[in-house]
Amino acid sequence: MAAELGEDVPGLIGLLLLLGVVGMALLAPWIAPHDPAAQSVLARLAPPAWLARGDPAHLLGTDALGRDVLSRIIWGARATLLVGVAVVLLSGSFGVLVGLVAGYAGGRTDAVLMRLVDIQVSFPGVLLILLIVSVVGPSLLTIVVVLAITNWMIYARLVRGTVLSLRSAPYVEAAEIVGCGPVRILWRHILPNLVSPLLTVAILEFTNVVLAEAAISFLGLGVQPPATSWGLDVASGRDYVFVAWWLVTFPGLAIAVTVLGVNLFAGWLRVTTDPREREKRFGWSRAARALAGRAQ
Amino acid sequence: MTPTLAVEDLSVDYTVTDRGGLWPRRRQVPALRRIGFEIEPGETLGLVGESGSGKTTAGRAILRRVETSGGRILFRGTDITHASGPALRRLRAEMQLILQDPFTSLNPRMRIADIVGEPLLVHRRAASRAEMRDRVAALLEKVGLPADSGARFPHAFSGGQLQRVGIARALALRPGLVVADEPVSALDVSVRAQVVNLMQDIQRQEGLSYLFIAHDLAVVRHISHRVAILYGGCMMEIAGRDAIYDNPRHPYTEALLSAVPVPDPPAQRLRRRSAPPAAAPDMAQPNAGCVYAARCPRATGHCRAEAPPLAEIAPGHRVACWHPL
Repeated sequence: MAAELGEDVPGLIGLLLLLGVVGMALLAPWIAPHDPAAQSVLARLAPPAWLARGDPAHLLGTDALGRDVLSRIIWGARATLLVGVAVVLLSGSFGVLVGLVAGYAGGRTDAVLMRLVDIQVSFPGVLLILLIVSVVGPSLLTIVVVLAITNWMIYARLVRGTVLSLRSAPYVEAAEIVGCGPVRILWRHILPNLVSPLLTVAILEFTNVVLAEAAISFLGLGVQPPATSWGLDVASGRDYVFVAWWLVTFPGLAIAVTVLGVNLFAGWLRVTTDPREREKRFGWSRAARALAGRAQ
Repeated sequence: MTPTLAVEDLSVDYTVTDRGGLWPRRRQVPALRRIGFEIEPGETLGLVGESGSGKTTAGRAILRRVETSGGRILFRGTDITHASGPALRRLRAEMQLILQDPFTSLNPRMRIADIVGEPLLVHRRAASRAEMRDRVAALLEKVGLPADSGARFPHAFSGGQLQRVGIARALALRPGLVVADEPVSALDVSVRAQVVNLMQDIQRQEGLSYLFIAHDLAVVRHISHRVAILYGGCMMEIAGRDAIYDNPRHPYTEALLSAVPVPDPPAQRLRRRSAPPAAAPDMAQPNAGCVYAARCPRATGHCRAEAPPLAEIAPGHRVACWHPL
């Protein structure tokens, strides 16, 4: 598998980007040049170092309070990645579970579960978030839970629809005749065939979650200063778009690069989890290696 | 000797929901009407009929995949018509299915060894991994697949090979009865014979019974000991293979046989078609008489008024017709 990743250049780039972002988040205390919360009125709104008036001490410039943009990006990776990944995993698992049960059980169970999804979808998410956060109080855990509560429905709908069509597939019938129980059918026969669409949706949702976290933080109910996140920086830099473009550009780029990395890596993952696609893409080089090995 | 399978007066109705009006309206459409047959140990019964005749429904009902609305199904003398729960699970080990399309009946994301070993796993028939591996290897060998096929995925195989995998899976639990639902109609003509011969070899070795569902009369003649003809959910005729093919007594059976082309153009041109080609019967319309009356050249008022019973006209030869040939 490692050798195949080496041949899949986009996949490899994706993995390197992801490793870079995760490494940045983990090593933040050692690699950040400044304290991300340290303010300096004298150095406020300094442009990136390579521009005229740029300050070499602040590579990517400073914000309206004189805080170093680069340091904030490095520290902000922590909250952004944590919230993004945790929410996608949490809402994804719950949504997939609901979808599997609804699609496979059918009948009344399906109707009840899907009406729950409808109710939740029709309810404005931001309102729910504001309500819960103002009662419970803002914290990283609250954001994760609240975002998971408002984002699981898409998985449930997607999975239910696919399960409905897969459960009449001949190989599912064959498994039932063999005597497999429902859990085994869902886990071994249906879920693996859901990987591709789920990966696609999860990646799209990751971006959504990062932006939703930004929106909540912007309203003062998400990540609390002095802590920071990319979304919060983009949101608060918005007011200065015309005087200090670097405030939104660099955190925005960080989000874009992360999503790109996830996307490229997921492309490789999707191919690798599908035996047919995998052989199409890598079969030639594998056969070539086997031949070379035999020749020696 | 108790037959492996006995089916008595089996009826199946499908519920159809009309959504045209304000409220959905449900009605019952009969798919099978009081059919009955027996399969002895080591015997193959061919079940023949055109599309919509109910032959697949019959197979599914016997495997307890669709609910019956009347009659009894006995497996080795035990009534299984309403089996459920653990009893049904045990039954699954005794009755297996070979599906029509080998390309869609194997999970594309599972290795061949996992597909064939799955029955052993879910019924806890293998004590260890090593035993499981050995038994899967033995099964693959038995169906004539190369020894290294276990590690590969279904997409690496041809249709004939995949159908062998399907047969190996069906045999894994050493069932007493295998329902083969059109097992060769999705295959190339050149590999049909191989798969059919494989099924016959296995039957001789294991002494199992087949319910062989097909519309290909030549294949059915080759593999079956006895043949049952189904039309419109009703049993038309059942008899030994040679009696059906050489001496059909039901007009529908004769029509079916006459529709098989002869590989000799002048002879083919001279043959008469004994049945007007017509659409399959509309099962939703209640019909008091014989289901075949609308297409039958011999039909009389009696046929349209009253359905003929399945009567024995020669030893082991039963026909549902008022005017048998």
